[in-house]
Amino acid sequence: MGQRTPLYDLHLALGAKMVDFGGWDMPLHYGSQVEEHHQVRRDCGVFDVSHMTVIDIAGSQAKAWLRHLLANDVERLHSPGRALYSAMLNERGGVVDDMIVYRTESGYRLVVNAATRDQDMAWMQARLDGYDVQLHERPELAMLAIQGPHARHKIAELVSQSRGQLIQHLKPFEGRSDGDWFIARTGYTGEDGLEIVLPADQAPGFFNDLVGAGISPIGLGARDTLRLEAGMNLYGQDIHQDVSPLAANMAWTIAWEPATRDFIGRSALEAEKAAGAKLKLVGLVLEERGVLRAHQVVRIAEVGEGEITSGSFSPTLSKSIALARVPSATADRAEVEIRGKWYPVRVVKPTFVRHGRTLI
Amino acid sequence: MSDIPADLRFAESHEWARLEADGTVTVGISDHAQEALGDVVFVELTEAGQVFVAGEAAGVVESVKAASDIYSPVSGEVIAVNEELSGSPELLNSDPYGAWIFKLKPSNVAELESLLDAAGYQAAIGE
Repeated sequence: MGQRTPLYDLHLALGAKMVDFGGWDMPLHYGSQVEEHHQVRRDCGVFDVSHMTVIDIAGSQAKAWLRHLLANDVERLHSPGRALYSAMLNERGGVVDDMIVYRTESGYRLVVNAATRDQDMAWMQARLDGYDVQLHERPELAMLAIQGPHARHKIAELVSQSRGQLIQHLKPFEGRSDGDWFIARTGYTGEDGLEIVLPADQAPGFFNDLVGAGISPIGLGARDTLRLEAGMNLYGQDIHQDVSPLAANMAWTIAWEPATRDFIGRSALEAEKAAGAKLKLVGLVLEERGVLRAHQVVRIAEVGEGEITSGSFSPTLSKSIALARVPSATADRAEVEIRGKWYPVRVVKPTFVRHGRTLI
Repeated sequence: MSDIPADLRFAESHEWARLEADGTVTVGISDHAQEALGDVVFVELTEAGQVFVAGEAAGVVESVKAASDIYSPVSGEVIAVNEELSGSPELLNSDPYGAWIFKLKPSNVAELESLLDAAGYQAAIGE
């Protein structure tokens, strides 16, 4: 038996098909993964993401420590409420994890992946020496993501007046507290929406209220196809310890300036950049019938070979799409081997759909 | 609890087979199989004229989640494939016993007897 979120019983009551995800028993879908996907793109839906790890960072040197720990620079978070996406790198420039960092009134809040919880905690704790910094993991909190073009409007009507006003005024990538709730305008779908961190004992009631108000529960299956269409990396698949952010469409998350900031992995990344990154992450679109899957081989004529890191059927595009790591000198056409046959694919920027719009 | 029609025979690999009045055998996948696969988005059909022995791979069903081989439950020659599944693969989800995948002219109709009956299949899938 895996770990269970406070919403486990509700998922079962809603007819969820449960699967193991990083040691957690999570809902894969509640009937149709494709329908759930469309629901989020067209209206809104609610995801239980309580398996994700919330870590609060306190101490007089929290900022200095995070500026050393992360490839993005928390100095950019000019005021409480601001947030950014960052990689945490090892000395070789490989991605230990990716996360969102929120600046709070008292310090910082990190939301990291569920499956990497143990390695992240060990990695961070091993690097606290010499810093006045305290890590507080918050397993007593639950987290819901409500995503879709109508998410903020619908949620604002279901919560207290003060929370409703906060939701209406939040800017993208802003997160603020209201009482014991932390409400952020972030997500993993490519749509507008919210992520709400709240006490575990309040989560079932709130989730029930949302479902009762007609907001569909959405499983991990649709979460995966939504993030894939949005071109967002999945840790353990598109990025891992041996992958550089330069080879993962994450160059934009590296804060090179100021040049004096010494973050873990910096020298390795600088050497890689100077030599020219050999690999890059691209998007693939299969024009024929079939489904691209992780680990299928990609062949680019006169350039070389690569590999699909994530592939699936795109419900929005009604065709298969994938993220693939290929030689940087890629072309706009390639071929993918599916069950021994080579299929032509189009090579595109690795963002397929954002805010309901097709980008390819 | 999935739907298991009593007039069908089942392979342990989750195909159903139905002996028709004209001696041909119609093949599809069970309700339990479509449920486990999730949304079906692509069916790679075999072709008429192909000859299979029982248990041989005879096509692929791809769901959003995974690709899954279809095995011919009995030996024989394919006489028809359900082209409707090319455009509407989701029929395997909505109507698993109506949406047949291919029809065979069996080379040994007695092979049907070695398949599971409804009760045997129900036990095999633990329901």
